[in-house]
Amino acid sequence: MANYYHPREETMSADEMRALQGARLVETVAHVYKNVPYYRALMDKKGVSPKDIHGVDELHLLPFLTKDDLREAYPYGLLAVPLSDCVRIHSTSGTTGRRVVAFYTQDDIDLWEDCCARAIVAAGGTKDDVVHVSYGYGLFTGGSGLDGGSHKVGSLTLPMSSGNTERQIQFMTDLGSTIICCTPSYAAYLAETIHETGNRDKIKLKAGIFGAEAWSEEMRRHIEAKLRIKAYDIYGLTEISGPGVSFECSEQAGMHVNEDHFIPEIIDPATGERLPDGEKGELVFTSITKKAFPLLRYRTRDICVLTRGTCACGRTLVKMAKPMGRSDDMLIIRGVNVFPSQIETVLINCGFEANYQLVVDRVSFSDTLEVKVELTPEMFSDEVKELNRREKEVSDRLKSMLGIQAKVTLTAPKSITRSEGKAVRVIDNRANKI
Amino acid sequence: MSQEIGIEQLSVFVENKRGKLVGVTEVLGAAGVDLRALSIADTADYGVLRVIVDKPDAALSALTDAGYVVKKNRVLPVSVSDEPGALAKALRVLADAGADVEYLYAFVAHGENRAYVILRVDDNAAAAAVLGKSGIAVATDGELRLSR
Repeated sequence: MANYYHPREETMSADEMRALQGARLVETVAHVYKNVPYYRALMDKKGVSPKDIHGVDELHLLPFLTKDDLREAYPYGLLAVPLSDCVRIHSTSGTTGRRVVAFYTQDDIDLWEDCCARAIVAAGGTKDDVVHVSYGYGLFTGGSGLDGGSHKVGSLTLPMSSGNTERQIQFMTDLGSTIICCTPSYAAYLAETIHETGNRDKIKLKAGIFGAEAWSEEMRRHIEAKLRIKAYDIYGLTEISGPGVSFECSEQAGMHVNEDHFIPEIIDPATGERLPDGEKGELVFTSITKKAFPLLRYRTRDICVLTRGTCACGRTLVKMAKPMGRSDDMLIIRGVNVFPSQIETVLINCGFEANYQLVVDRVSFSDTLEVKVELTPEMFSDEVKELNRREKEVSDRLKSMLGIQAKVTLTAPKSITRSEGKAVRVIDNRANKI
Repeated sequence: MSQEIGIEQLSVFVENKRGKLVGVTEVLGAAGVDLRALSIADTADYGVLRVIVDKPDAALSALTDAGYVVKKNRVLPVSVSDEPGALAKALRVLADAGADVEYLYAFVAHGENRAYVILRVDDNAAAAAVLGKSGIAVATDGELRLSR
């Protein structure tokens, strides 16, 4: 059973899609080269001009764009249309440095909302649904994106924004919300509160669209069981438009990329070489329909895998796996790619909390990994052999998952250095050691 | 509910770093807690300090407030006569009954011709029973003069 918002684009043959992407790419490259001095300089430096780009096959000739470029060009340096043609801005949270501001024309807003509409329809949404949007509204793209998508579908839209859980549940029960859109962590919190307040049988939710943060399959199952709904993943980033860059279908196995708007590529984060489908690497997007703020080969830093083929839902749109980490966090230890998130999962599965630090060193020409984890009162024992058993359980699981031996050390609570409230996750002492 | 067997012991997680052990004892001192017995089990990276104190609840909250990981459980204070072979006799009784002793340490008491040993076993009641049958007593709070 398949529901499409744009049947043609969502089920197009691979050849048709490439032709469409090629035409749009050529147009976008010409547009930015002509209107954005920053792009012209980048392309000139790489010795590539719009006349070299005839289609998707030449995409790899274009220079990459990184978050640093966006910061350097802040605020207007990548704007490709007159400011008077823009109708809105959105902005990233700015937690890791200078803010990034993205500009939208009305057409840009429309295509973004179309992408969100595809996600809502794929989650079973129709004009008869009540879409409860609990993402934040404002500079953050979550609220406006799903709100706009819901309008396009014709659903009754509840622009709840985030917070005030009591009111959220009241509207949910009084107005019969059927689809909830929020972060997965808020969904889990809502589920708990709905149970505690005895409201489970008063709500009519059937599906949830959850994104904007990393979440695991275990969390999906937890939310689905608690709320008795189907939980769908959605992916996006402000730089590219917002939520809806890719979305999950009824198969719940990877997110379909709206590749008629955003061409995805996977590259080796170290060399920048393009990798074949099915290989794990950094996700790169090129927007080919946006006018105000088009990004060519933007490096997302998210590590994932692309798979092609016709999905059981009937869509032909390429699928991306849930990102498994960030390329800037990736460690290479004895030749093995290790993401802190993998280690975090093991720690949590063993009963610890996510207060840990990885210390990488080089001893006698060989890399060593030490995982320091803060002890919690629940994990403490008066018996050393119990504590040793807990350390060994973590190192055994790490060994079976990563294939490398790690030394696990229990540390006192709050002993791991925190800067600006965030824990320093990785200390790499290998520099200047052979 | 019947009185639980044994006395309360606090275990504190202590990192093997300079000043960490001092910190624990200073917190206890500031809280007016008197140490009656202690032992430490250590590894290369950390130790587990186990203490018997006069005011376990006050000690627990003072240590917890100071950010230490603390666990409270009950251990068995066994009274043996202060003569060669007395401890061996008690441990033999337990070994023959199949009771595992995880660890033990001495309790310093003043006066009288007795020695006290703190035993950590899985089942305090069962261990006390087999010891009792062999004429080895579990010490009382009063005998240990835990609270003065």
